[in-house]
Amino acid sequence: MAKGDGYISAKESRRISRENRKITSQMEKIKNRKHVDPSEYETKMKNPDNILEIDNLHTFFFTDIGTVKSVNGVSFDVPKGKTVGVVGESGCGKSVTSLSIMQLVQRPQGQIVEGSIRFAGEQRCIDIAKATTSVMQEIRGKEISMIFQEPMTSLNPVFRIGMQLNEVLELHHPEMTKEQMKARTLEMLELVGIANSEGVYKMYPHELSGGMRQRVMIAMALCCDPSLIIADEPTTALDVTIQAQILDLLRGLKNKINSSIMLITHDLGVIAEMADYVVVMYAGKVVEKGTAEEIFANPMHPYTLGLLASKPVVNKKVDRLYSIPGKVPNPVNMPDYCYFKDRCEMCVEKCSGQYPEMVKVSDTHYVSCYRYYDEGGVK
Amino acid sequence: MKKFIIKRLLLAIMILFFVSFIIYALMRCLPTSFVEALANKKAQAGGSKTFAEWMAQLNAVYGLDKGLFDGYGSWISKAITGDFGESWKFTIPVTQKFADVIWYSFVLNVICFILEMGISIPLGILAARKQYSRTDYTITTIALMGISLPSFFFATVLKLIFCVKLGWFDLFGVVGKYHEQLNTPLEKILDMGWHYILPVVTLTIVSIGALMRYTRTNMLEVLNSDYIRTARAKGLSEKVVINKHAFRNTLIPIVTIVGGMLPGLFSGAMITETLFGIPGIGYTSYQAMVEGDIPFTMFYMLFLAILTLLGTLLSDILYAVVDPRVRVN
Repeated sequence: MAKGDGYISAKESRRISRENRKITSQMEKIKNRKHVDPSEYETKMKNPDNILEIDNLHTFFFTDIGTVKSVNGVSFDVPKGKTVGVVGESGCGKSVTSLSIMQLVQRPQGQIVEGSIRFAGEQRCIDIAKATTSVMQEIRGKEISMIFQEPMTSLNPVFRIGMQLNEVLELHHPEMTKEQMKARTLEMLELVGIANSEGVYKMYPHELSGGMRQRVMIAMALCCDPSLIIADEPTTALDVTIQAQILDLLRGLKNKINSSIMLITHDLGVIAEMADYVVVMYAGKVVEKGTAEEIFANPMHPYTLGLLASKPVVNKKVDRLYSIPGKVPNPVNMPDYCYFKDRCEMCVEKCSGQYPEMVKVSDTHYVSCYRYYDEGGVK
Repeated sequence: MKKFIIKRLLLAIMILFFVSFIIYALMRCLPTSFVEALANKKAQAGGSKTFAEWMAQLNAVYGLDKGLFDGYGSWISKAITGDFGESWKFTIPVTQKFADVIWYSFVLNVICFILEMGISIPLGILAARKQYSRTDYTITTIALMGISLPSFFFATVLKLIFCVKLGWFDLFGVVGKYHEQLNTPLEKILDMGWHYILPVVTLTIVSIGALMRYTRTNMLEVLNSDYIRTARAKGLSEKVVINKHAFRNTLIPIVTIVGGMLPGLFSGAMITETLFGIPGIGYTSYQAMVEGDIPFTMFYMLFLAILTLLGTLLSDILYAVVDPRVRVN
């Protein structure tokens, strides 16, 4: 175990890395198998109205200083045709959750160790946590696609835009001819609001601005009409005017192609504008989830309250914005009690006990805090 | 692009002019003097003239009685017309001697170059893909051993094992004892090829390490970049991600070194050639230089300077070919 502030001896580090390699190489072997019986990863959805059900997901990183529990028991659903916003501060596991859904977590260090991610595909329902790499390659880009937070570096600098978009179609729709692909790509570029689509088709990424590149990324994500779009902080790297345009675009497109969106952000304004449901994450766990109205009108968890208080409000004059005191606990050595206890200003006696379970407040609203144990039954 | 190349070529001529002057000045300052050695020999051979008299006469014959600038002027005025004079040591025209020996070295270096590329780039990619695995550690350790091994030591060990103990190869030379008696040209080529095996192995092993490490580092950087994640998110197979998306980006830094390797193809490998008795350019230029053969050395050095300049130009052009971001419009 780590001593002091996470400093460990070289001997200790070697032992940990040796053990890690043993665990990860075994997991890699399972993931990389070629021929697997479909019964291993095919499941049934608990609720047919959902497109995605994440159940008790654990994604760990096996690093040389110990196991980092980035996602530690996350559960939430994404209903069909709805937008789910995931909020939380940097490093709380939002991005790792989304990467787990795509099986794009940095391997071999990062691994899904427990839980299930049930995805309702077109023909069959698949548990992504158990799917092999080859099964995932059929889903990625076709049924689930992802928009990344770094438009400046997310496009390959040495290939033309047209080629990079055609590649997705070529892969998932081998029956299309070259002309059909080009027509589809140009159509997609126009759909995301690029006026000079013929010109952009022949350009290299460095010839486009950040906003344009993010549009291209969105066009790429929408190429195959995916049923779920994961947008991992799609507007963080863009300036405010472009942000509004991109969000408008996403909202418009959602209605056009009727897919679900999982929107990851730390910007509560974006969530309020876009999301139907909100999931608040803290230190690898979901602390509160509910509909957007419930979260904004009746926030319950002290962390959600803190987040909302630290958001600037128009027409309200304050000297300093509120900031949540303290810092996020060390991810290697998580305490046994509520992770937020050390920063919480509303602690009750019970707080030093075990990590609180999810409390059901309404049919859609859940919170993980001891203060509400009396209000609703423990789930 | 055309304008850019013409500009670079004009600049190259300027650089060559100064480079050749510096080489000439250095050659004149060398502590070894061909004329002095010759005069000494002639004076000792007996006869009417003394050392000083021989010196004066030979200096005039070889054009060393002139000053640095005059001497350089007379050399360059002939060199521009393509006349590089006669080699003092080999007593045949410089270009003829050069043409006689260059092919031995060129063939040796081209084979090594192809092997180096063919081995080190795939190995570097493999090591990067499996970073910190057993494969990676094995490859990098072998590469480090290759970099650290001096070629003279490694060549000697190889000769001890394969020539002395096992007796598979001859110790010296590019052809076997009965080369002239062989009937068909194919047999003659095979005989030469057999003698090239050990030198090629030596040069390849000592050179793959650097390029392999370089490829590995660059590949690692590319593999961690965002666009590789995008490529995977598209659903592309790992093979396409590595061989298409990642490799094209790894090529960018690699072509810049490959351009710099051009002069290396012609410069010869002095130590290896000497050890295996290959009459290549490396060995020949070494002999010419220690005896102060100014015409031959001047030609050889100038040739290398031209190749170096062409190599940098070539790598600039290749750079633009593989990286759209640096293309000049």
